Amino acid sequence: MRQQTKKSYVSETVSRLKPSGIRRFFDLASGMEGVISLGVGEPDFVTSWNIREASILSLEQGYTSYTANAGLLELRQEIAAYLMRKFHVEYNPETEILVTVGASQALDLAMRAIINPGDEVIVVEPCFVAYEPLVALAGGTPVLVETHGDDHFKLRPEQIEQVITDRTKALIICSPNNPTGTVLQKEELEAIGRIVKKYDLLVVADEIYAELTYDGTYTSVAAVDGMWERTILISGFSKGFAMTGWRLGFAAAPNEILQAMLKIHQYAMMCAPTMAQYGALEALRNGGQDVEYMRKSYRRRRNYFVQSLNEIGLYCHMPGGAFYAFPSIQSTGLTSEQFAERLLFEEKVAVVPGNVFGASGEGYIRCSYASSLEQLQEAIKRMKRFLERL
Amino acid sequence: MKLSEKEVEIIEILEKDARIPMETLAKMVELTVEETEAIVKKLEETKVIVQYAALVDWRKVDGHEGVTAMIDVKVTPKRGVGFDEVAERIYRFPEVKSVYLMSGAYDLSVVIEGRSMSEVAQFVSEKLSTLDSVISTTTHFILKKYKHDGTVFDQGDQDRRIVVSP
Ligand SMILES: Cc1ncc(COP(=O)(O)O)c(C=O)c1O
Repeated sequence: MRQQTKKSYVSETVSRLKPSGIRRFFDLASGMEGVISLGVGEPDFVTSWNIREASILSLEQGYTSYTANAGLLELRQEIAAYLMRKFHVEYNPETEILVTVGASQALDLAMRAIINPGDEVIVVEPCFVAYEPLVALAGGTPVLVETHGDDHFKLRPEQIEQVITDRTKALIICSPNNPTGTVLQKEELEAIGRIVKKYDLLVVADEIYAELTYDGTYTSVAAVDGMWERTILISGFSKGFAMTGWRLGFAAAPNEILQAMLKIHQYAMMCAPTMAQYGALEALRNGGQDVEYMRKSYRRRRNYFVQSLNEIGLYCHMPGGAFYAFPSIQSTGLTSEQFAERLLFEEKVAVVPGNVFGASGEGYIRCSYASSLEQLQEAIKRMKRFLERL
Repeated sequence: MKLSEKEVEIIEILEKDARIPMETLAKMVELTVEETEAIVKKLEETKVIVQYAALVDWRKVDGHEGVTAMIDVKVTPKRGVGFDEVAERIYRFPEVKSVYLMSGAYDLSVVIEGRSMSEVAQFVSEKLSTLDSVISTTTHFILKKYKHDGTVFDQGDQDRRIVVSP
């Protein structure tokens, strides 16, 4: 028989973490039939066959053991070449690149490697739901900075300066951003960089969507003058290469920081999955064309979807990257949660309420346009009907 | 003919779905409906777009299912790679549905599907028997399928993603 205990065995840090708002919507939507889901945070493409095939081949050939802790050297070399080719940033594959279990693990390692108890890490909202909990789990204190829709959710350097204290250790930047799709331009990053340098901070740059930008040239935080030394660059294969389920990402950082992350990684993970690493090797060697094909396809769907949202009366800025539109629903007088819930129940369209990504996401909803054009057209039809009825 | 980026993009989209509404197409390429229509008209007039045709699953239409042939192929194996290399050269053709290495009188059993007997015959004479390692072929057309295993036409389209994720 189970004994009743009053004591909780769960740590206080974990108890204090708030449950993810995404989870609630998942539960609501997953039981329903006929739902068009714009709530999905991953590509609608299946991983290219050549990548799957390369991974299958590795299994056939019996590559089923651990790799080096940091990942296959061959893969790290390809990652280094890729970072140079695409973003003009140079990393030593032997000492400055770490293959991880998704960008998720790289984020976790970055936090644990740099945070002393009580250190403050600036988190810019609305943002990916994991940042705040990961900072807290590493013993740090997340300090929130809000960006706003009127500003197209751009981070202004003054905002960072206002919250800096002598405990501030780092700043997390995500560009292109989930959920807003906002991309920070070179000059904007340079201005942020000046503050970062002035106060001797680190930047954890989540560039997982860097492959998916649609207008102009993309600048990596690490490519900004004087920022390489203070950047932990985090990316992976999930979004650009449509490999979410493979759980493969990477971090690139100056030797000292990377070795600290590797130290944790070797105890906590040993290495990223071997078969996924062989798939990633193929992705970097021969995946460029497929990435370009997918990027084009997202871009067209973005153009269609965002213009249509504006037409039916939901104001939405044109997001420069990722595959999310983040329209304002303030004109309806509903909260994000009310809007999302009613839209789901009345028209069977699932979107994610903006407030789950931070308080400044209130008044917005996140719609992923990584869905077929037919589905997007149908979703617009249903949303239009919904709005007309309100 | 030198076409602009938008024009090429319009062709790419129409090539996948010729029945896409003009308004949707226009939004996708960030042009007005009038501009888009003008481009499509130009593409039609210059015969860049030759015609709009439908992609049909004939197996669903009685009497139009197409033809299937099983071909016995004799080949010379290659040192080091055995039959694998020639098998691979054969199975890479999209019209080839399956390839088996057989024991007995011949080496490879190749299954081909085509719209007509002449299409299959053309494949055999032009593609298959001209391969260096192929010594001979014997083609058997299937007259009636009692049971057909493993061919799923609509596979790959279902969305396996969870409905809401971060
Ligand atoms: C901004 C952002 N960072 C990181 C991740 C996690 O990516 P991965 O699948 O590589 O762990 C996601 C996935 O949704 C994301 O949106």
